[in-house]
Amino acid sequence: MARALKLTAQAVAVAAVAGLLVLLIWKIVEDDGGAASAVERGEQPLAPGFTLPRLDRLGELSLESLRGKVVVLNFWASWCGPCKKEAPLLEAAWQAWRDRGVVVVGVDAKDFTGDAKRFMRRYGVTYPNVHDGSGDLEEPYGLLAYPETFFVDRRGRIVEHVIGQIHERAEIDAGIRVAQGT
Amino acid sequence: MRGLVATAIAVLTLAGTALASEQRPTLAELESEVICPTCQTTLDQSNSPIADRMRVFIRTRIEAGDTKGEIEDALVAEFGRAVLASPPKKGFDLLAWVLPFVALGLAAVALGALTWRWSRARAEEARALPAPETDAEFERRLDDELARFDL
Repeated sequence: MARALKLTAQAVAVAAVAGLLVLLIWKIVEDDGGAASAVERGEQPLAPGFTLPRLDRLGELSLESLRGKVVVLNFWASWCGPCKKEAPLLEAAWQAWRDRGVVVVGVDAKDFTGDAKRFMRRYGVTYPNVHDGSGDLEEPYGLLAYPETFFVDRRGRIVEHVIGQIHERAEIDAGIRVAQGT
Repeated sequence: MRGLVATAIAVLTLAGTALASEQRPTLAELESEVICPTCQTTLDQSNSPIADRMRVFIRTRIEAGDTKGEIEDALVAEFGRAVLASPPKKGFDLLAWVLPFVALGLAAVALGALTWRWSRARAEEARALPAPETDAEFERRLDDELARFDL
């Protein structure tokens, strides 16, 4: 009887270790670097969906609701220095393209809502912005740092990706044209 | 009796400290319990821009007289549950605090039961052993040897 109990305990321990090992392997295999890595490999992955609270007005904004439009998705934070420099360029692009089926969407991540709203006022940001305080979108998008910008076509697929600060308006315009052409 | 009094004093002291900490939290205390969202370490180990901003936020809220719970709730509302180094002791998250003790208790009960079962099995085995046979020649020699030491 004692031997049977001992064997059972050993079997349970081995099963627990094996289970943890499987979880570890699954996590490693599943972690494919997100959408950013897929774009780097030349793929056009579907932009991971989200529904987040808006910063520019009350309510929520979902990426799915913008299907049929080209979306310039910019990840930023008020504490990020380069974000301050590219915000005016994104605003200029929004003003230039908004009547031609293009939407610029800012995703403020890991930031205080109040700080984000102050940032938007200070830099004259009027394009739609959402708040991802927990940074949940970092993993599916495969973000490395802030800012990063994704160009999403009308089918909801990411066709271009810029890591780091956008330095010229022409970079945004080029990304939009690629997204329009697919 | 002395043990009971000592335990009661210890419990009351700890409860008093916890209450004081809840009512009048310090920045240092919260820095060790709040995670910096960009570096995944506690605030006291981070000097990132958002960690600095969070320290300012906490200091302002302490000066405004907020309790520890209120400050933590405000941070969770902004950054999600992962901003707390340990889960809150309420609701579903309470399980994270209780389950380890439940598991320890169950393990102790299981260990006790196994020990009792094994000790009982040994006692039964000992009882089942046949009594040693008496050897008349050996008994006689033993008595003789012992008699030599009698004064």
